[in-house]
Amino acid sequence: MGTLSRQAAIVGVDESDQIGRIPEKSSLQQHMEASYNALADAGLSIKDVDAVYCAATSPLTIAEYFGITPRHTDGTSVGGSSFVIHVAHALEAIAAGRCEVALITHGEAGRSQRRSGGADMGTPGAQYELPFGIASPPMTYAMACTRYMHLYGEDRTRQAMAEVAMATRKWANLNPKAFFYQEKMTFDDYHNSRWVVWPFHLPDCCLTTDGGGACVVVSPEVARSCRKKPVWVLGAGEGHDHSMISQMPDLTRTIAYLSGREAMRTAGVSHRDIDLAMIYDSFTYTVLTTLESLGFCGRGEAPDFVAEQRTAPGGDFAMNTNGGGLSYCHTGMYGMFLLLEATRQLRGECGPRQVQDCKLSLVNGTGGNLSSTGTLVLAAD
Amino acid sequence: MSTQPQAAQQRYTGPVPLPQQESDYYWQKCKQHELWLRFCNHCSEAYFYPRDICPNCFSRQTTWVKASGKGELYTFAIVHQIPRPNYQGPLPYIIAMVKLVEGPTMPTSIVGVEPDPQYIKIGMPVEVTFEDITENISLPKFKPA
Repeated sequence: MGTLSRQAAIVGVDESDQIGRIPEKSSLQQHMEASYNALADAGLSIKDVDAVYCAATSPLTIAEYFGITPRHTDGTSVGGSSFVIHVAHALEAIAAGRCEVALITHGEAGRSQRRSGGADMGTPGAQYELPFGIASPPMTYAMACTRYMHLYGEDRTRQAMAEVAMATRKWANLNPKAFFYQEKMTFDDYHNSRWVVWPFHLPDCCLTTDGGGACVVVSPEVARSCRKKPVWVLGAGEGHDHSMISQMPDLTRTIAYLSGREAMRTAGVSHRDIDLAMIYDSFTYTVLTTLESLGFCGRGEAPDFVAEQRTAPGGDFAMNTNGGGLSYCHTGMYGMFLLLEATRQLRGECGPRQVQDCKLSLVNGTGGNLSSTGTLVLAAD
Repeated sequence: MSTQPQAAQQRYTGPVPLPQQESDYYWQKCKQHELWLRFCNHCSEAYFYPRDICPNCFSRQTTWVKASGKGELYTFAIVHQIPRPNYQGPLPYIIAMVKLVEGPTMPTSIVGVEPDPQYIKIGMPVEVTFEDITENISLPKFKPA
């Protein structure tokens, strides 16, 4: 994809009007508010949009609700990583001349509209995992984490999980939009909290909030006419290697080991160049395995990598500066919000949590049961 | 959040697998308290979960083999909270993956041991034990061997 580098830019991002506990709004309302706000951020009109990208919800539903007739559509739905992958697909479509203004939209009433029952009991997951009570992401990710602890040490893994939870909370304390903006956390709070699924304490698990987010990706020509400086897509990679957790080829390595390598290769950058890492934190453990899979450190080395609050404000590895899925918001498919924060940091819009001289950000979304990843390298103008 | 285990044993209210054409034999054998695996005649590998195509080599030359029901604990977690409001079973419980001596790893739950990490060790030998949840379905769970 080397030739596609800088062939598209993110020019507009925003959340829906409110994120958090918003049970009265539908998912479509969340989509609409986020898209409206992101287009305003870009200085573009809905009439400019000629491509619609979304996951979980059908692009047909979104386009009808918005009153638009796109000439290009992508409904890739591979879990919370989908929107990160959508950016790469938009880049490809724009470079191929299939569209100029791609609206990537997400909205989910995660807290209030949990699915229960009604599942197709003939699927592999429903036949072979669900009847054993393997029924939700905290359970599937926990089994991967236990394996990691077995291989690399329970105590140091536990400490690393606490480090990630704490560091992420400190960033949330700097973000007024974060669910836990005003709630501090100590290491004692972490260790004394209740179990959700051992080995996960409550602060090891992401929030379940309502909300929406949207991201506008455009051609270089359109980018020059937008309100704010573009954020360029330098490189991208994607992949998936299973769906059910019991089918994961290696429980302690995600396919980010390929998507990350591809994103950095196509961007022509190395780990040392990255100023900000936005790493999908569905669980604290997700961050550890992802840092290793991306090659920021070796296998089993993440506990040393994140030690002593290295990823917290003031640390030398800026990560998840919005407060993450752990402490800012997590609607069920959090990947969109990685894009929002990376864009804002690269524009220098982040106030007290702004990363100094933030020129290059790596974004890694993880979806399903550690199943799919999408990696992007984004650059300031 | 936990309810009496007796209630769960009296009448199973959890999810019930719906056998498909390619998995019907598996569930029939589970009903007879036998664990069978799909086996690929082309690459000579047993695999899980049962399907007509071999996930290792995409061959359709597949058959069934009876498994020993023995293996070792590959990983586990202990569920203290379940997001399903209609869940009626006892908490906490142990979910797991077991690596069978025949090769494949399968998802399951562990019974016959306290749901406490100090009693559950990855690598410990386990063997299958069946739980009859309906007239037609028995679940292959595992207990310490």
